[in-house]
Amino acid sequence: MNDMGDDLTIGGEKFSSRLIMGTGGTPSLEVLDQALAASGTELTTVAMRRLDPTARGSVLDVLRGRGIKVLPNTAGCFTAGEAVLTARLAREALETDWVKLEVISDERTLLPDPIETFDAAERLVADGFVVLPYIGDDPALARRLEQAGCAAVMPLGAPIGSGLGIRNPHNIELIVESAKVPVILDAGIGTASDAALAMELGCDAVLLATAVTRAQRPDLMAQAMRSAVVAGRLARLAGRIPRRRYAEASSPMVP
Amino acid sequence: MNVTINGAIHELPSGATVTQAVQRLTGVRSGVAVAVNGEVVSRGAWDLTPLAEADRVEVLTAVQGG
Repeated sequence: MNDMGDDLTIGGEKFSSRLIMGTGGTPSLEVLDQALAASGTELTTVAMRRLDPTARGSVLDVLRGRGIKVLPNTAGCFTAGEAVLTARLAREALETDWVKLEVISDERTLLPDPIETFDAAERLVADGFVVLPYIGDDPALARRLEQAGCAAVMPLGAPIGSGLGIRNPHNIELIVESAKVPVILDAGIGTASDAALAMELGCDAVLLATAVTRAQRPDLMAQAMRSAVVAGRLARLAGRIPRRRYAEASSPMVP
Repeated sequence: MNVTINGAIHELPSGATVTQAVQRLTGVRSGVAVAVNGEVVSRGAWDLTPLAEADRVEVLTAVQGG
């Protein structure tokens, strides 16, 4: 894709891969390392947690070893205040002002809380962060976050880890139609066709974790996702044929 | 004095700084961030920031997740 000059640009930075990886759910750092390598990702998200003195190895070493840019997230935060503090700690620890803003409403659905998310986004943008908010598939909220200065919007396809795919493709299309910042489909991807569909709908990138990390062969699924994102992007650029009710002969019917 | 570091009580000499609290958990300074009573203390200020009795120190790092 790179030789087509079809880079993804977020916050002024260019990426040739349109697959952003999460890191939750991997059984080990070795498996994660292999999956990330197979995915071809250039941007990968990590969570911030209390330092465990007994932990062996670090996800940061894995990313550094592969030359992957780190995208800290605020996973586990329920309020704007928690998310802002987590983002500031991530900036201090990881020396990046990028943040995947994630403020969830409850533990059962892990659905994003739009009001806390918007509040946190405004505060983080004012504090100089490059903010990538995780949101529901809500075109109005996406527009408001873009106006608030977010560098991208990340609507969900379905709840985190559900593997249900894209439950409301119509809303994703509506978000894509009006967005002037990148739209990154985040959460809900179950298999390669879901990732391809996200790109065919016009999303600029896909973020996924569970579909790869909990697959029976994470490295193989990572490779599948890499191909699916490229295929979906190419199909989007190529322009699909219109759907028809009846057949249309592809060659003249005259003998 | 007693301070809480990542939820556990630790006894530190009075006048101890953030650096000494961090050293209770790790000898590494990079990749780590600290909040004291909910406010970020930047790495450059660890040596200069004294702790007080009952302070709540959070020492965070990046892990797999999200």
